[in-house]
Amino acid sequence: MGGKAFQMSKGERIFDIFLYIALGLIMIVTLYPFLNVLAISFNESTDTVRGGIYIWPRAWTLENYQRIFSYTGLIQGFKISVLRTITGTLLGLLSSSMLAFTLSRPEFRARKFVSYFLALTMYFSGGMVPMYILMRDLNLIGTFWIYILPGAVSAFNVFVIRSFMDGLPFALQESAKLDGANDFVIFYKIILPLCKPVLATIALFLAVGQWNEWFSTYLYNGNKPHLTTLQYELMKVLSSTNQGSGMVNANDMAQQMAQISPESIKMAITIVVTVPILVVYPFLQKYFVGGMTLGAVKA
Amino acid sequence: MDVKALTENGVTANESVTPNPPTKRNSGFWKSVLQQKYLYLMSLPFVIWVFIFSYVPLWGWLMAFQNYKPKKSFTEQKWVGLDNFKELFHDERFYLVLRNTLAMSLLGLIFGFVVPILFAVMLNELRGNVFKRTVQTVSYLPHFVSWVVVGGIVYKTLSIDGGIVNDLLIWLNVIDEPIQFMAKAKMFWGVLTVADLWKETGWNAIIYLAAITGIDKELYEAAKVDGAGRIKQMFNITLPGIRTTITVLLIMSIGHLVGIGFEKQFQLSNNMVTDYSEVLDMYALKYGIQIARFSYGTAISMFTSVVSVILLLVANGVMKKVTKESIM
Repeated sequence: MGGKAFQMSKGERIFDIFLYIALGLIMIVTLYPFLNVLAISFNESTDTVRGGIYIWPRAWTLENYQRIFSYTGLIQGFKISVLRTITGTLLGLLSSSMLAFTLSRPEFRARKFVSYFLALTMYFSGGMVPMYILMRDLNLIGTFWIYILPGAVSAFNVFVIRSFMDGLPFALQESAKLDGANDFVIFYKIILPLCKPVLATIALFLAVGQWNEWFSTYLYNGNKPHLTTLQYELMKVLSSTNQGSGMVNANDMAQQMAQISPESIKMAITIVVTVPILVVYPFLQKYFVGGMTLGAVKA
Repeated sequence: MDVKALTENGVTANESVTPNPPTKRNSGFWKSVLQQKYLYLMSLPFVIWVFIFSYVPLWGWLMAFQNYKPKKSFTEQKWVGLDNFKELFHDERFYLVLRNTLAMSLLGLIFGFVVPILFAVMLNELRGNVFKRTVQTVSYLPHFVSWVVVGGIVYKTLSIDGGIVNDLLIWLNVIDEPIQFMAKAKMFWGVLTVADLWKETGWNAIIYLAAITGIDKELYEAAKVDGAGRIKQMFNITLPGIRTTITVLLIMSIGHLVGIGFEKQFQLSNNMVTDYSEVLDMYALKYGIQIARFSYGTAISMFTSVVSVILLLVANGVMKKVTKESIM
């Protein structure tokens, strides 16, 4: 087999070279913006204005980071973002694994009903306005819980975990049952530990979703400074300078950055918002690739 | 404890062997509820949860036929029939927004479909080496950052002072003056589609890569014996081999044509490009919530949802006829 590689025809070799160049370019195009952001975030603010920073800072400094960490809104946002990520992920894991377990039990009487009841939610939604009215009627607007409760049960996640559970040997459950274990004990003691790979995938999906979500802050909690998230704070800083370069809104943030170019601040905050996820995802790669495949089989 | 569990098991076994006679059906139902009480306890709370957060909003659709005033209770609301829909269909802005929605989702459908497949097929040609794994890991990266961050990155990359795209184009002598990409309304659809491709191509390719792995290796061996080159194998074995996956995903994305969301449009747009960037959900947000015309906004949401479901059913039906594959 290995020897075949040396017998490639000329056409095949050109094809190979083309492949390497094309995929290499794709990789550069994907990575460049991140490196650019990183370089600017470490570059001296007054120097950044001159332009021409690509992937390496011209004048190294940590000042931008020192400045943004003295901005209380950002620290506040960081706390809320971490809190919602942890709470949302745990609750999402609990709900989807429990539902998946009941759906994986062939003798469960309500199985079909629950299954269809969940599946339908993947194809329609009430829409933004009815959802807003519901949140208002439930008095969730202006509370932390609006980040957690509405999306706590996700049909897609349930089906992914359930397809994984369907692949586990059923004999394990049977023997536990004969030993007198009830369904909850079977779930907790036998099934959950076996589901670690798929739970890792779902945890990643949930955590990324929570961390990256900004719209519910914008729509429901924008005027509650103690409840804004990191993404929302970033959005505020970015939009203050996106429109018309150099025109910074005359708000307190602008004053805080009196001597610092908004560009460097923007990029430093972007890095702070992005890094936590980028550090985690490569290690979970083998899990989420498998998880996506399971989801596709069921969907 | 042990005895009780044993008898419970005994009953289960019995029941499955001799089904209850129809007259005793009710008591049999309660008995099974009791036996499966843990299963019910583990699912019922979340079923109620889903009912509240996914089904109750549907009931809110009734607002579309009312002149909803937040202070009044449901029974006190004034019913206005189809007035909100009439107004919606007479609003010129609605057609503009609908055009934007359809244009951007069609672009997304075509490119967001073809490019990940191409990418997966190309990746597959690199057989298991470090370069392949690196490309893959890097390609997932943008999927994990939020649209807020991507919005910032796109503005930075396309900016007129120091943006790499303008710098490159000037360096290559393609243009003399930097282009203000983000201020040109007519470029918005293109910018958005490219940004979306940049973010999601690697991620969307995962499913195709997995499907390719499932293709029988003997097919490639046989093709090699017959003298087919790798490009020929790509078109005659790899692509037909993932046809089912392609069809299923195509149906799903057609169902999402009008309900494409608005996150990317929201983060990329600015006041200069709204005529090309506003989509249905942003229109609902603006008219439904921000100026508190809840009934009108509900009519927009309802239109979006109903059209989505119809498109999904039509796509499913057509695909079933044409390719004998469907999702339902």
